[in-house]
Amino acid sequence: MKPRSLTYRRGIDLSIRVISSLAALFGIIMLGWILGTVLFKGAAAINWAFFTELPAPPGMPGGGLANAILGTLLITLLSVLIGVPVGLAAGVWLAEFGQESKLAEVIRFAANLLMSTPSIIIGVFVYVVMVLTTGKFSGTAGAVTLAIIMLPVVARTAEDMLALVPSALREAALALGMPRWKATLGIVFRAAQTGLLTGTLLAVARVSGETAPLLFTALNSPYWPESFNEPTANLTVTIFNYAMSPYDDWQTLAWGASLLITAGVLGTTIITRGFIWYRSR
Amino acid sequence: MQTKSHINFDPAFRWLTLAGGLAILFLVGSICYTLIIGAMPALKKFGIGFLFSQSWDPAFKEFGALSSVYGTLVSTAIGMLIAVPLSLVIALFLVELAPPAVSRLVGGAIELLAAIPSIIYGMWGLFVFAPFLADHVQPWLTSVAPGLPLFQGPPIGIGMLAAGIILALMVLPFITSVTRDVFQMVPEVVKESAYGMGSTTWEVTRKVTLPYGIQGVVGACFLGLGRAIGETMAVTFVIGNRHEISASLFAAGNSIASTLANEFTEASDDLYLAALIELGLVLFGITLVIQFIARWWLRRTARKLGAVR
Repeated sequence: MKPRSLTYRRGIDLSIRVISSLAALFGIIMLGWILGTVLFKGAAAINWAFFTELPAPPGMPGGGLANAILGTLLITLLSVLIGVPVGLAAGVWLAEFGQESKLAEVIRFAANLLMSTPSIIIGVFVYVVMVLTTGKFSGTAGAVTLAIIMLPVVARTAEDMLALVPSALREAALALGMPRWKATLGIVFRAAQTGLLTGTLLAVARVSGETAPLLFTALNSPYWPESFNEPTANLTVTIFNYAMSPYDDWQTLAWGASLLITAGVLGTTIITRGFIWYRSR
Repeated sequence: MQTKSHINFDPAFRWLTLAGGLAILFLVGSICYTLIIGAMPALKKFGIGFLFSQSWDPAFKEFGALSSVYGTLVSTAIGMLIAVPLSLVIALFLVELAPPAVSRLVGGAIELLAAIPSIIYGMWGLFVFAPFLADHVQPWLTSVAPGLPLFQGPPIGIGMLAAGIILALMVLPFITSVTRDVFQMVPEVVKESAYGMGSTTWEVTRKVTLPYGIQGVVGACFLGLGRAIGETMAVTFVIGNRHEISASLFAAGNSIASTLANEFTEASDDLYLAALIELGLVLFGITLVIQFIARWWLRRTARKLGAVR
């Protein structure tokens, strides 16, 4: 190794320190810039009508996104009802029964693959399977798409959380004569409940901000969501449509919707993370 | 004592949970199958030429994936070129330089970048960042590198460069957090022995921490790559959506995901739809390959380090 003068080495070290501090600062500034923009522009659109009224035609005063807010909540709720039980079941099987078996390895790989599949591909898949066959866009198709995105995340998180529960606890329950299902649901689940809950919440938060998979499944609608068998209004696709429109008041509404979605997703994430941090102290 | 006879639910429970696991397998299988069947008309009509044709003309039923694939690869490449070094130095800051309290705060803030929905990046990119790029960054780039074709053309903001930078911001938190964890796993003793010999912080990082954790860092990059390549909404907002390849990064282009997002609901005839589904198939194939390489890499690493799994 070539000997270098101390001044040179200190100089290099100092410049790297400065660069890396600046990079961290850059990250913070970008976060602040994005959140600040959303807050500033979104707050201008938020008022009572925003939460209570249907969208108005461009140029008309007033109008809100009440239908889209409700639609997003309903679609997310339905997707949780489909995705979480199946995901938990898969997680239980992987952690309790499958473990190191060949099949478990294959399922894990499939779950990883599904997790890394772009959400728009899941949208295309559900479009072909559900929209093309029934001939119409529907809220159900949107919820199924979100459920598929949620499924592998819930499964892998559940597996990790269940695997953390010490085997002695399972064995103690089984030794008392508890059937396996009761030991799993009553004892192991209870021991892992914080992890299961927070993991699921994080997955739901992520999915509720998704847009691409809803573009051609739930589509969008200017009306109240009355049935899950027709296009259902939702916030994220509304943002896309309104932002791409040439009308100023629609773009303002899009910013309002952005603020709402960001607050919802970030709020859930921060509260969940805070809870994990608080519990782990 | 009489035992209460009861039905044994255990086999049912076992099968029920297995069904959940198999559902994942079934879904992945059906996604492959559906995409291939759906793309069949286009596969038959255009064959392998689909990948190398640049024409995209729904009116004349001419479809080629080249510009979309090119856009996907170039925007991802720009994103990774920016995100990887930036993530490395931020991780360095978090692990080696910042006091614990600052590190936790900054680390948490960087991780928040990952929680922002992609459509928000799109909104910010289109209405705030692209104009900023057009007014301040692009003219400067042109003047710094006058001859370089990459930075030529009118500074309109939206285009390949904007998409790449926004992708960088979106994958930054993923690479940073994995890299930080990897850096933290380096045993203190190893680092301290280097410090004890009079190394500076940078020398310890470059000659001890980085070689020790390089495998994990590469894994983190694959993770980021996988996310960037299929990113849809943010890219759709800022890439400009034009089916053309141009040498300049300032020019508008498109990516596979953005083409799907823009045109899928407009696909009027079967061949158009099949061509779009085939684009989806190509994207799915790319993620499949990345996932396989990442797995292979991780397994190789695990074996090298002598870990059990």
